[in-house]
Amino acid sequence: MVLIHEQASLMSEHGHVLPLRIYFGVFFALLAGTALTSWVATIDLGHLNDAVALAIAGTKAALVILFFMHVRYSSKLIWVFSLAGFVWLVLFFVLILADYETRVPVQGWG
Amino acid sequence: MSQKPPTYLGGEYGMRSWLLTLDHKRIALLYLLGVTFFFLLGGVFAVLVRLELLTPAGDLFQSETYNKLFTLHGVFMVFFFLIPGIPAVLGNFLLPLMIGAKDLAFPRINLLSWYIYMVGGLFTLYAMLAGGVDTGWTFYTPYSSTYANSHVIAAALGIFVSGFSSILTGVNFIATIHKLRAPGLSWFRLPLFVWAHYATSLIMVLGTPVVAITILLVAVERLFHVGLFDPALGGDPILFQHLFWFYSHPAVYIMILPAMGVISEVIACFSQKRIFGYKFVAFSSLAIAVLGFLVWGHHMFVSGQSLYAGVVFSLLSFLVAIPSAVKVFNWIATLYRGSISFEAPMLYALGFIGLFTIGGLTGLFLATLAVDVHVHDTYFVVAHFHFVMVGGTVMAYLAGLHFWWPKMLGRLYPETLARITAVIIFVGFNLTFLPQFVLGYLGMPRRYHVYPLEFQVLNVLSTAGASILGLGFAMTAVYLPWSLRYGKKATPNPFDARGLEWTTTSPPMAHNFEEVPVVSTEAYERDEPEVVHV
Ligand SMILES: [Cu+2]
Repeated sequence: MVLIHEQASLMSEHGHVLPLRIYFGVFFALLAGTALTSWVATIDLGHLNDAVALAIAGTKAALVILFFMHVRYSSKLIWVFSLAGFVWLVLFFVLILADYETRVPVQGWG
Repeated sequence: MSQKPPTYLGGEYGMRSWLLTLDHKRIALLYLLGVTFFFLLGGVFAVLVRLELLTPAGDLFQSETYNKLFTLHGVFMVFFFLIPGIPAVLGNFLLPLMIGAKDLAFPRINLLSWYIYMVGGLFTLYAMLAGGVDTGWTFYTPYSSTYANSHVIAAALGIFVSGFSSILTGVNFIATIHKLRAPGLSWFRLPLFVWAHYATSLIMVLGTPVVAITILLVAVERLFHVGLFDPALGGDPILFQHLFWFYSHPAVYIMILPAMGVISEVIACFSQKRIFGYKFVAFSSLAIAVLGFLVWGHHMFVSGQSLYAGVVFSLLSFLVAIPSAVKVFNWIATLYRGSISFEAPMLYALGFIGLFTIGGLTGLFLATLAVDVHVHDTYFVVAHFHFVMVGGTVMAYLAGLHFWWPKMLGRLYPETLARITAVIIFVGFNLTFLPQFVLGYLGMPRRYHVYPLEFQVLNVLSTAGASILGLGFAMTAVYLPWSLRYGKKATPNPFDARGLEWTTTSPPMAHNFEEVPVVSTEAYERDEPEVVHV
């Protein structure tokens, strides 16, 4: 049936097989990222605190998406949609920070 | 000639064949039942709210009960009727038919999404029966956290669950539109209904997870005392509004974009013309989907959000008016010199254009910082979003339901009665909600059931309008089921419309087409050349 054939072609984009060492490599990179995050948390970087934490978290997420989720070996379309998720996250942060970074404390409200 | 294959309604019978069906058309009908049930439920709460507001005193309900009534009205209407309404019923039924496919890309996920939707809805129903929710449909903290005194978590969990149904539908539609188009059906030959649903699906996929997690965070704070929204724990209540509206403003476009898709189809059919500026209408759907994510702060001008952010959000909100206006002007240009006839779907579509325009333009009033300070949280806002959601989405839903009713169920609805009903609904709608603009402008706040005497006349008008509106809905709820038995049998294309769905039988067979259709024309192409007047 055409339908089943089409479904199969949807699935085949995820059919790429990777050697185990890549998976382990990514796994240890993620562990290292976690260690780095907790170590950085002990140092006060002032305004950079959030930026550094987010940068590490973003890198880790990218590793998961590229390798564990096989996006690196997927079609351009999958790339577009994966990137869209990130772009949306950036929009989300930028516009929320547009509020938090520009709030003026009200006198008498601590 | 060989025997015609049975329609999707025949072939298999019995509860089992319906509850385990993988046919997108049957799942659409399951959704139709679910959506109608929750619409009636939401409608009952609306009736109670309007009855209470007949008099300035709080004589029917306690304040607490009234709070629960408007909350339940909002929750059921928004999350269980308006959001799934057009995509899950009409979209589910029509997308595969319109693109010449046998079904959606993931039929099992489609069935799963219905079950998830029903479980979510019934969970919320449980919260209602267990004692209700009083936070308003927006679940603002601290009503839903520090000062919660009702079944917030249960209701929120129901919405959390039903969100996944939305995500699954979105993923399914996107995959279907990308992968299952019939040979020859390139992107710019797609019906605008399909473009609209594509844009809607993007919002479902990109936005819904955020509201789901937000609701989860409220639960996490309440259960584990993690400081997220409660200042005493180091949180910020306004953060909830950011997270909530990041989804819930685009959710308005989940409601209105499919509605606009319906209107494009109906206008093209009943003016017997191609849609003017096809590409602009198609891309304006995508533009609305993207811009819709950048405007959420317009709900928070008086919340304590910084003024700078307010200015940015105000400006961005104005930008959404552009693609919306592109659609409205292109529909009107389509009507120009069209061969117009006024069947019931067309009456609803014309109603949509007028009412949505009022709803959209009053949105610009609200997006204006200084004006919003005056009318924020008044009946002006209530009137505005009912013009968009009822005047827009519900009108389009009824337009679409009538337009494709013969296709979906194989029977014609009674035309004259339907036209009369459309007029009744239009009149009832306007009488209900126009006075609310005035009420809000004069300063009547929303969500109060006791009000000063001076507001009574307008409130009585509004309640009177609601009863006319209710009569219209009730008539529809009678004659549509009636037509299933007594309506005339429908031909494949009773309205002389264009599109692949009209080339197959009414109702369609199990796999939609006898053979895979091949497309060689643009959308809405008419055989006879248009008469040119010199
Ligand atoms: Cu909004």
